[in-house]
Amino acid sequence: MNLTLYVWRQNGPEDKGKLEQYEAKNVSPDSSFLEMLDEVNEELIEKGTDPIEFDNDCREGICGTCGCVVNGQPHGPQEQTTACQLHMRQFSDGDTLTLEPWRASAFPIIKDLAVDRSAMDNIIESGGYTSAYTGEVGEANQTLISKPDADYAMDAAECIGCGACVAACPNGSAMLFTSAKVAQLATLPQGKIEAAERVNGMTEAMLNAGFGNCSNHYECEASCPKGVSVKFIAKLNREYLKALPK
Amino acid sequence: MQMLQNSVGRKLVMAVTGLFLFLFVVVHLLGNSSVFMGADGINSYAEHLHALGPVVWIFRLVLLGLFALHIFFGIQLTLENRAAREIEYNEKKNLRTSFGARTMIYTGLIILAFLLYHLLHFTMHVTNPEISVGALAPDALGRADVFTMMVLSFQKFFISLVYVGAMVTLLLHLSHGVQSLFQTLGWLGANSLPVMEKVGRAAAVVIFAGFISIPVSILLGLINV
Amino acid sequence: MILDGKCPTGPIEKSWDNHCFNMKLVNPANKRKFKVIMVGTGLAGGAGAATLGELGYNVEAYCYQDSSRRAHSIAAQGGINAAKNYHNDGDSVFRLFYDTIKGGDFRAREADVWRLAQVSNNIIDQCVAQGVPFAREYSGLLANRSFGGAQVSRTFYARGQTGQQLLLGAYQALARQVKAGTVKLKPRTEMLDLVVVDGVAKGITYRDLTTGEIKSSWADAVVLATGGYVNVFYLSTNAMGCSVTAAWKATKKGAFMANPCYTQIHPTCIPQSGEHQSKLTLMSESLRNDGRCWVPKRKEDCEKAPGDIPEDDRDYYLERKYPSFGNLAPRDIASRAAKEVCDEGRGVGPGKRGVYLDYQSAIERVGEDTIRERYGNLFDMYEKITDENAYKQPMRIYPAPHYSMGGLWVDYNCMTNVPGLFAIGEANFSVHGANRLGASALMQGLADGYFAIPNTISNYLAGVKPGEVTDEHPEFAKSREDVQARIDKILNVKGKRSVSSFHRELGKIMWENVGMARSKESLTKALEAIPALREEFWQNVNVTGDSSGRNGQLEDAGRIADFLEFAEVMTTDALHREESCGGHFRTEHQTEDGEAMRDDENFTYVAAWEYKGEGKAPELHKEPLKFENVKLAVRSYK
Repeated sequence: MNLTLYVWRQNGPEDKGKLEQYEAKNVSPDSSFLEMLDEVNEELIEKGTDPIEFDNDCREGICGTCGCVVNGQPHGPQEQTTACQLHMRQFSDGDTLTLEPWRASAFPIIKDLAVDRSAMDNIIESGGYTSAYTGEVGEANQTLISKPDADYAMDAAECIGCGACVAACPNGSAMLFTSAKVAQLATLPQGKIEAAERVNGMTEAMLNAGFGNCSNHYECEASCPKGVSVKFIAKLNREYLKALPK
Repeated sequence: MQMLQNSVGRKLVMAVTGLFLFLFVVVHLLGNSSVFMGADGINSYAEHLHALGPVVWIFRLVLLGLFALHIFFGIQLTLENRAAREIEYNEKKNLRTSFGARTMIYTGLIILAFLLYHLLHFTMHVTNPEISVGALAPDALGRADVFTMMVLSFQKFFISLVYVGAMVTLLLHLSHGVQSLFQTLGWLGANSLPVMEKVGRAAAVVIFAGFISIPVSILLGLINV
Repeated sequence: MILDGKCPTGPIEKSWDNHCFNMKLVNPANKRKFKVIMVGTGLAGGAGAATLGELGYNVEAYCYQDSSRRAHSIAAQGGINAAKNYHNDGDSVFRLFYDTIKGGDFRAREADVWRLAQVSNNIIDQCVAQGVPFAREYSGLLANRSFGGAQVSRTFYARGQTGQQLLLGAYQALARQVKAGTVKLKPRTEMLDLVVVDGVAKGITYRDLTTGEIKSSWADAVVLATGGYVNVFYLSTNAMGCSVTAAWKATKKGAFMANPCYTQIHPTCIPQSGEHQSKLTLMSESLRNDGRCWVPKRKEDCEKAPGDIPEDDRDYYLERKYPSFGNLAPRDIASRAAKEVCDEGRGVGPGKRGVYLDYQSAIERVGEDTIRERYGNLFDMYEKITDENAYKQPMRIYPAPHYSMGGLWVDYNCMTNVPGLFAIGEANFSVHGANRLGASALMQGLADGYFAIPNTISNYLAGVKPGEVTDEHPEFAKSREDVQARIDKILNVKGKRSVSSFHRELGKIMWENVGMARSKESLTKALEAIPALREEFWQNVNVTGDSSGRNGQLEDAGRIADFLEFAEVMTTDALHREESCGGHFRTEHQTEDGEAMRDDENFTYVAAWEYKGEGKAPELHKEPLKFENVKLAVRSYK
């Protein structure tokens, strides 16, 4: 199949950037979206043009490195699928695709489709952990955790930190990302002890990093490649309320 | 006070003030519905309200405070949200959100403008003094004739149009706001969220229908002096 | 040279405890004066950097990814072993130790494996304390499952994302130290040289992948946690950025590369669909708990739809050959069995390189819902990639390069032969011998990171004066010049062929000649082809752009250049090891029914290779392996 691509090209953070047109020819429907970009790049290299820069690593949909906005949707049109797991059979011959980077003030563009997401690390550094020292922490089975609680925590922990939620949110908010970690740890007995400091610290860091505020559009959930639910945002809000008197 | 700098803290202020403003709207609608009971209904309702004296003023001040907080933080949060995406997408598809959700700031500001007009119109009698209670004779029981004021006002097509238009914006505002406030208060889960989205929209429609039924009934001549 | 692993003596049960007691300590007040560089932030590196930070050392952690949460440990699906014996099924530290030694085909060091088995229990405790959401029973107790190569249920898991959850646990511990100021993260950097001063590792030179700057950093100790090298095969289950570069730079500065021919080919990967493919996707080995591997008995049936092949015409080859382990046979054995049936022409799918992994009988036994609960995410992933529904028709799988048991030679303290340079996790060679069992890579990464390195590094640092050599030393300037010169050399070739075309070709050479089955003939052929390709690379590679700022082509080119040198050592090792063991199968050395034939008399040693420069044969150093607690025996899974 043959496709027309409009790709955001921006040579460094200071550059203004613009959409450039490319043709992707003879694309196999069995190839992944990133493999299609690989082939476009091979052609660009042959012509002596700088290839399109995009972040990617595991190509199994778990590391959270890849992602761009394809035709207005983070990670493209397939539900619960990262860009690396998106396969070209989702498109048809003759389609036009527009590829843009995650757009958020908290994610400065490095080059082309690659953005700097260290703001998300800052959020985790502000409390997204339990303060357990390595060493004798007690026998694992001493603290029982009910299966529903463990499953709920695991649902939240599925987040891969790709930033699609921020890219999709009309407010550029990182609330789904933040809430997933808050909810996971607040549900488990090991994380309950620091729940108040955590929710305060993480939500504060979120704002300081330049992310917007949640106004419940739920675009984050709709574009999350792991299907992380906005119920965790409600959980974060509850945790915040609980922490208020403290 | 830290709460008023926190993202979630301010959203909670939006939710709580929003909840009370919503309740006020509901009460206001119920009160206004007494117009369907004729002059006696709404005039005695107005009389009772005025008889409360200082309580009315306390109520008005509280309401003013709620509006002030809701508007101030609404604008502040929106400005922050704008700043969080300085460069817009060339192409962006929205999958879940609604027109109402994306226009909250505009519907909110329009409602504010309407509110000012509404106060100038029915409370302060500035815009149409000739048909205000001050200009009209008291009713048979000597009460201020609110009923006639309403009927004469809404018989003017342009005034009715403004009110119906304002209620459309309120409809949009509430269609997102109601479910949103419950989510922000943390009361929703995976199952209750889609239900509350429907309930919120239904509530918005009921309130919209309730309010516009008054000018529409008057325009259609169903209510007459 | 005969190498000494410096293993503790005395009864193995006490070896680690005694060793910990005998090691020198660094005074807590002095720890912050010591600077430690950690390269890599996967399970081993992340856990190590976090723990060293907790102890008070001044840590710098480098990774090429954009965040320390993304290392490829994240992709491990199945689980992590521990000898908890929660199921009362006869497990113990000794059994885990025994299984690992046997699983590694008696080519690992006993003391290292014992330590691994012993601390496996602490790892689970540690991870639970960090809030890792392991699967639970309805009782609230931790759940376990069985895994390939083991007859006990000792694998802990978090759905099909155990590696992700463990890595995020380590990442969060690391984040806590970043906040505390003990660890400085350097994401988007790639180590391009080890700085050695007077024979001692004193720092690294790296490229900032965003700005292109070449910088150096000094340290009192350098720890490499940079993972494995199976991307030398081009198509593998590794991430795109995984490379041998950091380890290879250390090798060029004198560190020995041990057992590089031990590579693991994982049996359950999704077969290749075409030439466009950039990587292979692993499906967790846990799939083999309920799935049954088969191919048609007759070649003629291969083109038929699987549902049209009656039960009698199917060959459940693993159950037939290995009745006691069946579909749970260890990875090397399962992979080779799949290759054999495909070589016989009985493979299925495109190119006939695939076997069926069938869930029909499991679905009939426990129901589709249970299967969905156990493997739902894997089935979904399979469908995304192949467009086939594995609930309705059997999956197709084929072996793919997955893990490298070989790596930098280290002693019991995880220190290489270069003092001050440590290697942990997949980057070292020590515990998996010639074959790694399922669910033990996560165990090793965390054992090294949380428990081994924090103890052993103090033993080294106690004898070092902190900050004795800093980046003022002329060796650092020289190192930066060397690195820049190599980058310029790559950019100045300005040839015709793209970087990835070289990688593809190298991969093909390695897969065909140094892959699942190796022979003297194929290895010799590879030893001719690799230098030729390397030569062409330096004549004809085309790298666009320049060295300032981000340049993915340049990064890849550097990595391929290192693979082109490393591949030769790897092949040399495979050629020299005239035996078959674990992942290293020499066709000349097999029993009549095609099983691997070890040569314990001549090859019970670790082969550590010293790099002697391009075009020169590497020099072999041996570390003899002693087995005092486990009897050398033929590894049978029949």
